[in-house]
Amino acid sequence: MRIYVCVKQVPDTSGKVAVNPDGTLNRASMAAIINPDDMSAIEQALKLKDATGCQVTAVTMGPPPAEGMLREIIAMGADDAVLISAREFGGSDTFATSQIIAAAIHKLGLGKEDMIFCGRQAIDGDTAQVGPQIAEKLNIPQVTYATGIKKSENLVLVKRMLEDGYMMIEVQAPCLITCIKDKTIKPRYMTLNGIMECYSKPLEVLNYEALKDEPLIELDTIGLKGSPTNIFKSFTPPQKGVGIMLQGTDKEKVDDLVDRLQKKHVI
Amino acid sequence: MNRMDFSLTREQELLKKLARQFAEEELEPVAEEVDREHVFPAENFKKMADIGLTGIGIPKEYGGSGGGTLEKVIAVSEFGKKCMASASILSIHLIAPQAILKYGNEEQKQKYLPRLTKGGELGAFALTEPNAGSDAGAVKTTAILDPKTNEYVLNGTKCFISGGSRAGVLVVFVLTEPKKGLKGMSAIIVERGTPGFSIGKIESKMGIAGSETAELIFEDCRVPVTNLLGKEGKGFKIAMQALDGARIGVGAQAIGISEGAIDLSVKYVNERIQFGKPIANLQGIQWYIADMATKTAAARALVEFAAYLEDAGKPFTKESAMCKLNASENARFVTNLALQIHGGYGYMKDYPLERMYRDAKITEIYEGTSEIHKVVIAREVMKR
Repeated sequence: MRIYVCVKQVPDTSGKVAVNPDGTLNRASMAAIINPDDMSAIEQALKLKDATGCQVTAVTMGPPPAEGMLREIIAMGADDAVLISAREFGGSDTFATSQIIAAAIHKLGLGKEDMIFCGRQAIDGDTAQVGPQIAEKLNIPQVTYATGIKKSENLVLVKRMLEDGYMMIEVQAPCLITCIKDKTIKPRYMTLNGIMECYSKPLEVLNYEALKDEPLIELDTIGLKGSPTNIFKSFTPPQKGVGIMLQGTDKEKVDDLVDRLQKKHVI
Repeated sequence: MNRMDFSLTREQELLKKLARQFAEEELEPVAEEVDREHVFPAENFKKMADIGLTGIGIPKEYGGSGGGTLEKVIAVSEFGKKCMASASILSIHLIAPQAILKYGNEEQKQKYLPRLTKGGELGAFALTEPNAGSDAGAVKTTAILDPKTNEYVLNGTKCFISGGSRAGVLVVFVLTEPKKGLKGMSAIIVERGTPGFSIGKIESKMGIAGSETAELIFEDCRVPVTNLLGKEGKGFKIAMQALDGARIGVGAQAIGISEGAIDLSVKYVNERIQFGKPIANLQGIQWYIADMATKTAAARALVEFAAYLEDAGKPFTKESAMCKLNASENARFVTNLALQIHGGYGYMKDYPLERMYRDAKITEIYEGTSEIHKVVIAREVMKR
């Protein structure tokens, strides 16, 4: 059994968010972190590795420095990693990205017992589209919002976290599962042993040449030019002001409120 | 001619990231409680073992994580930024496995190192006695060989032993031939729970309160002769060499707490408004910060240089003493100014500065006082 964990390096939005004049994120000026939902996917894959001894492969599409993130995931316990990186892939939207990742996994081979784990969504784009699109392109079942994954033979039992409760779903491998950040899942630390060995573990780089002939790739729908999504405008929404608590009896409060709304010409 | 390279390796960068993350997520949240309650953070020590930090400098075949002195400096200094007691615990723990690795025979290494690394047991180094502090040669604890049973019989009292009450494996310095004085000193491995070995007073300290400091009492404590570390009569040399390495660890603690105090100060001076503007705008404050940062950068460079020498297998006694002397005096200087910058808030227990001010002081005292370091340095500098 092999688990591919798809991960993305994202700007740390807990600090200051910087936007380029063209509306795209200024990634260079922000610290890069592993997308939080992806950390949950990594942890759930490593838990299955602890239980079954399966192979865990970290997969990302990104510029060459993304290797650093993959090495960190190996230092956490993954066996190997795949970096999908080519200038031709740059600027891909979710449609193009999922096509390329699906092609890469198809090339690497998805066996009968294998699974693909993704984070639910990345904190930079927040689309939650790449995971499900990979599943569609590979024509395998998908389960989203997982906070727990158990496997016996080819059957996978997934606990989904929804707004109003949990749902247990049984799914057949090979399948794709998107994982969600949850307080019950604490991503493990790297270990010092893992760190000492992570740069000697296998890391395969798949470039344009390696993937261009894959049947899942359509050369005119990859990269910035081939992406159907275009950013029309991006901006930081103005901050909401501090709320005001009105004081007095109910009548006084209502009068006060009406007075304020009238002054602002709301009513 | 491009040899001097101050950059960390990729692995060291990752270790720094790991140690920083661990310090922020595990150590910092309990630092205040550990100090207030004087409680050894046992759970966190176990977590350190789980991620391999208690096995720094010990080869993988003995359960360790590899790396060397520079890796120790990286981890200990990151810990020191957030919780000095934890930095101290890790740094001092590492002395015993290092000594066993260096002087132990294969059997001893196989037996004790896995326990002290991935096994999660704490190590301790027991040299000091009530009348043998800076004068380490004045040790009175004896270990007389009983030829009938092939056991050493230990009698005496050790004091101020960091982690002594928690340690599973202790390296204890004793006189196997009391008449020979220094030349009769030996190092013996003692396990927790050995009959005749008991814990006396647990000290109530000014700082690093979470690092349990204990009195150890040996009353006819019998230890197999196979627990002798190195050769009989080599104890003083083993102790001094172990301390050379340990002092770099104290240097790392000192630069860690200094950097932590600077981080807090930089944050505070930008937030604290007086006379209508952040106090960061005041030149007096800027000069404080500049002095703190400059001296700390210099202290770090000397600590890392000493670590480099030890890792490279070069003589480092002088540099180890220098880096500890300098970094510890700087830690007192920096925590004092940081507290001063924080003013009344700094003096309150709601802020970490008063704890750091107390914690920093120990670095000028343990693993050799500043004065003893000057003796060592002068001897090294003036020898012909």
